[in-house]
Parts: sequence; structure tokens; C-alpha cells
Amino acid sequence: MSHIKIKNLQKSYIDRRRVSRSKTKDNSKASQGIAILNDINLEFEKGEVVCILGPSGCGKSTLLRMIAGFEKPSAGEVLVNNKPVTGPHADSIFVFQHSGLLPWMTVWENVELGLRHLEPVARKVAIQEHIDLVELTRFEHLYPYQLSGGMQRRAELARGIAVNPDTLIMDEPFSGLDFLTHMKIREEVVNMHELIKKTTLIVTHDIDDALIMGDKIIVLSGRPATVKLEKNLNFGRPRNLAENLELRELRDELFFMLGVSYAV
Amino acid sequence: MLNQKIILPIISFSVLLLIWELVTRFSGWSQQVFPSPLMVLISFQELIVNGELLKHAVASLFRVSIGFFLAVILGIPLGIILGRIKIVHLLLNALIQFLRPISPLAWIPLAMLWFGIGDVPAIFLIFLSSFFPMVVSTSVAVEAIKPTFFQVAANFNLSRYEILTKIVIPAITPQVITALRISITIAWLVVVAAEMIAVQSGLGYMILDSRNALRMDYVMVGMIAIGIIGLALDFIMQSLSQIESTAWGRFTK
Ligand SMILES: Nc1ncnc2c1ncn2[C@@H]1O[C@H](COP(=O)(O)OP(=O)(O)OP(=O)(O)O)[C@@H](O)[C@H]1O
Ligand SMILES: [Mg+2]
Repeated sequence: MSHIKIKNLQKSYIDRRRVSRSKTKDNSKASQGIAILNDINLEFEKGEVVCILGPSGCGKSTLLRMIAGFEKPSAGEVLVNNKPVTGPHADSIFVFQHSGLLPWMTVWENVELGLRHLEPVARKVAIQEHIDLVELTRFEHLYPYQLSGGMQRRAELARGIAVNPDTLIMDEPFSGLDFLTHMKIREEVVNMHELIKKTTLIVTHDIDDALIMGDKIIVLSGRPATVKLEKNLNFGRPRNLAENLELRELRDELFFMLGVSYAV
Repeated sequence: MLNQKIILPIISFSVLLLIWELVTRFSGWSQQVFPSPLMVLISFQELIVNGELLKHAVASLFRVSIGFFLAVILGIPLGIILGRIKIVHLLLNALIQFLRPISPLAWIPLAMLWFGIGDVPAIFLIFLSSFFPMVVSTSVAVEAIKPTFFQVAANFNLSRYEILTKIVIPAITPQVITALRISITIAWLVVVAAEMIAVQSGLGYMILDSRNALRMDYVMVGMIAIGIIGLALDFIMQSLSQIESTAWGRFTK
């Protein structure tokens, strides 16, 4: 049984201008909306790292939000452990494209958010453990605005892992970071995954991210998005792009598919 | 930097004093019409020593404190409810926007009729002057909370109560502090006006009474005391925003 199953998923947003202008009697959702996702069918296994690529604005974040339960599909459904997603839950933790840390809480308090139910002593130990895990020791009592971009990502990651979710959903976790920080945090995510083996969904714009991290790569087409490619990568990690011929060929293919005629 | 913070205001106050002094000297007005800085200073000292100034200042501050406090403890919760619950917003928002532009001073006749003479009508007017700004600023702040934060709350299974205490209240605190600052200034403006009509004490009463006695020097002492206390109130409210747990508001967009 697959962990996450996406069945005939469709999403459209209501186009307010069009609705108000044409007073047609036709009230079906599809005719009023702008289609974003069109009949998406996907299956993810437990513990898999799934990397999702696609042109900007095609609906990658929308897809993740529906998997996380923040939004309802217009048609079709998302099943987690064979049960339809009805709303957000601590089983699937979302790491936001633009920081999801609560700015009025310190790193410590943010990580504490998912550990509220623990006894004080156990809670303290668990918070410290997760802060140490992402190497933010000694930064516990700083507020997010006092951290660098990379440290903020790590703090949000620690907060997410601390609740021991079944699924981690990350929307462009490396965007806006400088090149070296990007590499470093990507490495940390890979190491973390080796340790905790959670199903991890990652939207990224970086083809190399997908090749280095993914057990599965999904490419979505432009709006309305359909699944253009679904490919399993049966390589262990860490991976070396320079030495792996198969990955390099796939890399060229992906660049081409995403509209760049030669790989850089 | 710190020096500039002290020196520059001193310069502007000195210039004001100088102009004042020059006007009294060369305008041809008598001291009774336009008292000089020195004369006002002497009167100031006089009113401090005989306790009049303190008595009136305390009376005014008492009314402002009560009225403002009531406005805050009722206005902030109502603002939060308005910002969070759509149906309440639809029910009350138009009404609030209708009442809000009516100056508290326009309520004076009714306030006196309803509550008679004394502290109550003045407190009522101050309450009105602060209540609407607090409600409106709070509800606007609640509506402006980034949806991401509510998604985080849902993601971590926060209860309704926890959403209030861990998300809504901290998120609006910076704007609420700004609103407190603005409201206390308005309240302080209104108390003086209210005291000119409804009561026998307070700085507003002192000014009116001095005018009737043709003591323009006392009038000016009253004005200066109002300014100084207003400055202090603003300073107190401003220092709230320096509290560490609200400092994020100045750095996070
Ligand atoms: N609430 C909404 N109402 C209407 N349209 C929306 C709404 N949210 C998103 N959209 C539209 O849906 C499309 C997909 O948005 P989404 O954020 O999922 O794209 P994305 O693939 O994540 O893009 P990016 O790579 O730039 O982050 C966009 O064209 C956007 O304009
Ligand atoms: Mg996106």
C-alpha cells in the first residue's frame, strides 16, 4: 500500500472577473474557474523522497497545500494511508516557501510548538535535541529576525521534525539562500532523511536538487498542470552527479523538458 | 547619536522660548494678555508650591486612566472578535464606522444630561474617544495576520484557545501598541475639553477658571502641564514597543 495516493486531482480557482461579467446560468466549477491542476494521479511510497519540478506558477505549491490539507481539491482526492485528507494535521508537516516560523517566538518556542503535550522535563530534552540536530545550539533564544536565512530554514526544519510527522512537505526549502548555504542545507536534509526516513515531498526549481535527493522525480507541465514525467531513481545517497552517467543524461532531459535547450 | 537625541530637541524648545520672549517684548501686548516666559515660570512655581497644579493634574490623569483603561479592556477583545468572526464583523462594522467619526465633544450635551456633573460624563467621553480607535485598529491588525500563521497553527493542531494566545495576540501586539499610543493622545486631548464643561477640577477646568479670572499666566501653565504630561504618556506607550518580545514587529515585514 502506498503512503500517499493522489487520485484524479483537480483544482481551479474562481475567476472573479469572469464570474461577475458573464451572468451565465452555467454554475459548474470548471466553467467558472481557472484550472490550475488537471487530473493529477500520483503515488508515493513510505519513506520516499519525492522531488517536484515544474515551471513557475504551474501549481506546485497548490498541490502541496492540498496534500497538507490546507486546501480542498475541486475534484478528486488525496489519500494518506488510504484515508482521505480532511484538513491539516501534525502527521504531515509543511515547511513554508516563505518562512513559516512564528516571528514573535524564539527558536526554542517555535520548536516547542509541536512538543506542547510532553511533560516539562521530557519537553526540554526533546527541544534541545532537535535544536542540536540542526546545529542551532546556542541560538535557541534568538528570534527569527535575528537569524540568517539558512538558520531560519534549519529552525523550521527542526520544528517540523520534532513532532515526528509521517510526512515532511517542503515548498522550495532552499530558495533565497546563497549557493553554499543551499548546498549545506540540502546535505543536511539528505542526512536527516537517512536518519529518520520520513516520506519527504520537496518542490524545487533546482534540477540538481531533484537529482541529488529524489527517490522519485515528478515534472509538472505549465498551467493547467498535468504530470509530464514520473521517474524513479534507484540510486543510493549521497550521489555524485559528475560520476553518474545516467543521472547526467536525465539532467539534460529535465533541462530540455523544462524549456532550456542546453544544460548549464 | 545619543547626544543628538538630547541636543536637537533642546534646540527646538529654546527657539520656541526665544520667539515667545521676543513676541512679548516687541508686540506691545501687555503681560496680562501675553505673559512672558519668566512670568509663566514664576506662576508655574507658585502653582506647584500651593499644590493646585498637582491636584488638577491628578484629577485629569485619574479620568483619563479610567476611561482609557475601560476602552482598552473592552476595545481590544471586541476588535479581536470583529477580526476573527465574519458574522460579527458584518453585524457591527458599519455601526462602528458610523459612530466613529462623531467627535466625542459632540456627545457632551447628552453625556451631561445622562450622567450629570462630575467624573462620570468626562470618563464617558474619554472612553468614547479611545474605544473606537482601539476596536478598529485591533480588528484591522487581526485581519492582516498572514494566513501562513494560521496554517502553521492548524498544522500543529493548536486549539482555538492556543490560536488566540500563541498566534492572534502576539501577532497584533505591535499594531495594538501603536494604537494605544494614538488613543492615549486623543484621550488626553478630550479630557481637557470635557473638563471645561462638566467638572470643577482637572487641568481643563483650571484653564477655564484662570481665563475667567483673566490670569493668562495660569492658562499657559495649564497648557504647558498638558504638554509635558502628554509627552510623558507617549513616552510610556512608546517604551512598550521596546519590550523584547514585541521587538520583532520592527524588523519583520
Ligand atoms: N487563492 C488563489 N486564487 C486564485 N488563483 C490562485 C490562488 N492561489 C494560487 N493561484 C494561482 O494558481 C497558480 C499556481 O500557484 P502556485 O503557487 O501553486 O504555483 P507554484 O507552482 O508554486 O509557483 P512558484 O514556483 O512560483 O512558487 C498561479 O498561477 C496562481 O496565480
Ligand atoms: Mg510555489
